[in-house]
Amino acid sequence: MCLAIPMKVVEIREGGNSLFAPGLAIVDADGIRREVRLDLVDRQPEIGDYLIIHAGFAIHCLDPAEARANLRLMQQMAAAIDQDPGDGK
Amino acid sequence: MKYVDEYRDRDLARSLGSHLHRLVRRPVRIMEVCGTHTMAIFRHGLRSLLPPEIRLVSGPGCPVCVTPAGVIDAFVELAGREGVIIATFGDMIRVPGSNGSLATARAGGADIRIVYSPMDALQLAARQPEQEVVFLSVGFETTTPTIAATILEAQRTGIGNFSVFAANKVMPPPLEVLMQDPELQVDGLLCPGHVSSIIGADAYTFLARDHGLACAVAGFEPADILQAIIALVRQVQAGEPVVENCYPRVVTASGNARAGEIVRAVFKPVASEWRGLGVIAGSGLALRSRYERFDAATRLSVTVAPSREPAGCRCGRILKGTCRPVDCPLFGSRCTPAAPVGPCMVSSEGTCAAWYRYGGLAREK
Ligand code: SF4
Repeated sequence: MCLAIPMKVVEIREGGNSLFAPGLAIVDADGIRREVRLDLVDRQPEIGDYLIIHAGFAIHCLDPAEARANLRLMQQMAAAIDQDPGDGK
Repeated sequence: MKYVDEYRDRDLARSLGSHLHRLVRRPVRIMEVCGTHTMAIFRHGLRSLLPPEIRLVSGPGCPVCVTPAGVIDAFVELAGREGVIIATFGDMIRVPGSNGSLATARAGGADIRIVYSPMDALQLAARQPEQEVVFLSVGFETTTPTIAATILEAQRTGIGNFSVFAANKVMPPPLEVLMQDPELQVDGLLCPGHVSSIIGADAYTFLARDHGLACAVAGFEPADILQAIIALVRQVQAGEPVVENCYPRVVTASGNARAGEIVRAVFKPVASEWRGLGVIAGSGLALRSRYERFDAATRLSVTVAPSREPAGCRCGRILKGTCRPVDCPLFGSRCTPAAPVGPCMVSSEGTCAAWYRYGGLAREK
């Protein structure tokens, strides 16, 4: 049931930070557009941000700095191995 | 696609895979708790990248699968009532109860609609004011907030012909039960990425501290999963179990406070029955009395009878990780996705469905 793909915010409509006035965002991934509710999102997104969506609701606004750090760590792990000539087993 | 393709990179996955081959020095058993992980591991062929010392075991992380037969029977009974429209996620439709499924009820004339979001069910209720729309509320921590928010919206908009049949569950209590099962020897836990985005990585600390279990929160792309497995192997071999957050772009230590607050406002913890695991204290959610008018169980007085599992089906043991689909005599013969005997073969996140679809049979005999 989980859709793991972050979708990009292309439009934000109405609403504020209050529980009872949730905003809506229009998100896009590879040309597929969807309307998502912002009732549950941990940080109000801006246009250009990426959201994780579940059952029509944004549940997380992605942190680009974290995403870059996350990837860098994996690449470092991979690079360290490529330099290691021995079979460490 | 941004934040997807980078983590799907084949060279990166291959390098992480060979890193694991060099790293591992002893057998390590890892349970992937989440059905979405089970599917991702098969879909991306990750098992073929793993050294033979690493054993992956699937756990109770498919919400449809852990819903006991008695609850399915209550769903089917509700569907047969006059004036009721059932709204449900698609995975539920073909799950067999003791006496047929929602699919058979529909063939018999019941009005059952598949929805993508609980909000779709509420909108349906607004469009059909003369009918009672009941949403079958199944799911873990990621899904529950969407249902809680929908109930708040129903309250706000005064839609009176909408209710939910609450069968929601929470993850940590059954994990603790599993870890006490002597039959199941698991060294590490691949913790579910999106459940964790709500409850936070710290929710597993007790498993590392009190049960000596290595924990790593993982995303769903190949590099995410491999990186988490590397973290688990390191912890297990060093004998230092902790909770590592390997999905920091989505998961924080304390989770999504706003979603948690909305869930707590609408739901309260109750004991709940899990297929295969029995009744577990504090593992289910019921509507608070303030929102009773949206509770299908009281509103339509539904009773849940004790469960009778489908004859011969081993879903119960599969959900506990003590049995693999290929160990079930019905797997692939009497039980297939086209003619499923148990829920693990129906759901898109079910372990039997994943093995059947991606040839786990051939690779792991
Ligand atoms: S193969 Fe079918 S019958 Fe066997 S455990 Fe899985 S779902 Fe149940």
